[in-house]
Amino acid sequence: MHELSIALSIIDIASEESRARDDAVILAVHLKIGRMSGVVIEALQSAFELARGETLLADAELVIEDVPVMVHCPKCNCEQLADSVQSLCCSVCGTISPTITQGCELEVVAMEIEPEEQLQ
Amino acid sequence: MTKLTRLVEVRTKILKENDVAARRLRGRFHDHDVFVVSLVSSPGSGKTMLLEHTLAMMRQRGQRVAALVGDLATENDAARLGRANVPVRQITTGTVCHLEAEMVETAMEGWELADLDYLFIENVGNLVCPATYDLGEDLRLVLFSTTEGEDKPLKYPTIFNTADVTVITKMDLAEAVEFDAQAAERNIQAVRPGMQLIKVSAKSGFQMQSWLEWLEQRKAQFCATPT
Repeated sequence: MHELSIALSIIDIASEESRARDDAVILAVHLKIGRMSGVVIEALQSAFELARGETLLADAELVIEDVPVMVHCPKCNCEQLADSVQSLCCSVCGTISPTITQGCELEVVAMEIEPEEQLQ
Repeated sequence: MTKLTRLVEVRTKILKENDVAARRLRGRFHDHDVFVVSLVSSPGSGKTMLLEHTLAMMRQRGQRVAALVGDLATENDAARLGRANVPVRQITTGTVCHLEAEMVETAMEGWELADLDYLFIENVGNLVCPATYDLGEDLRLVLFSTTEGEDKPLKYPTIFNTADVTVITKMDLAEAVEFDAQAAERNIQAVRPGMQLIKVSAKSGFQMQSWLEWLEQRKAQFCATPT
């Protein structure tokens, strides 16, 4: 269950961004989570619910892009979807493709914020 | 009044802090030619047993070795490894299911890297969480024992994918448990095509000499690589 550590890191990163923008209210945090990243999206969502409590992200939601594994297929000579995380083969021609080009992401991509209203 | 909502780009790796610490460690290890090997596996697959024998044998071969060992609780493994008469420190993580680079950094405090040739880091027994955390190591070994079943790589593909080499342990029990080496190899190659496989038994000594020679070769390659 390292998803809790991951959730805490997300909260740290987002809080820092919010502070840098006059404590903007965070409405959502957009993530990219690769299927080969070792993080389970459902577990991360639950961990985040637990961790966000009194933080600047108390009302924020996680918007997660589930990134499939892609490999460089030496036969097709281009990027293709892998069969699965259990089988690093080109899903088009079946060639063994050890080079992963996508699917290991663990990234905060963007945030939806509501800037603090300025006193006129 | 309409509420202002803005989408702002962040583009930050979630584990950026760990990555920074790991990079710092890797630089320090490289500056002192310390070859760092980490071991990951499920609990009970023989990490401590393999290390216990490896540390003692390497010391006899004149290598300067040290080890860090991670567990949720107890200092039992550090006590076991300490029998090899080399510097050993336990990292007790409490509830944390994996080691992080900063834990390694803290645990090493006071050690002179110039006095070391090898540092082994035994991660918490867990085939899931340690996959995600870089510890600044140069070589990550994933261990799996003949008693665990040949389909471990298929069940935990990420850890096999982040490791450099697979070490199959408890080869002395292979026959008794009808371990299917070909199936294991097939599964490893499916999740990580081209991955090197080493088979050992720390208990019987099977392939232990060649394991040590292989480690020494890897270290020589590491030292010859510019930073």
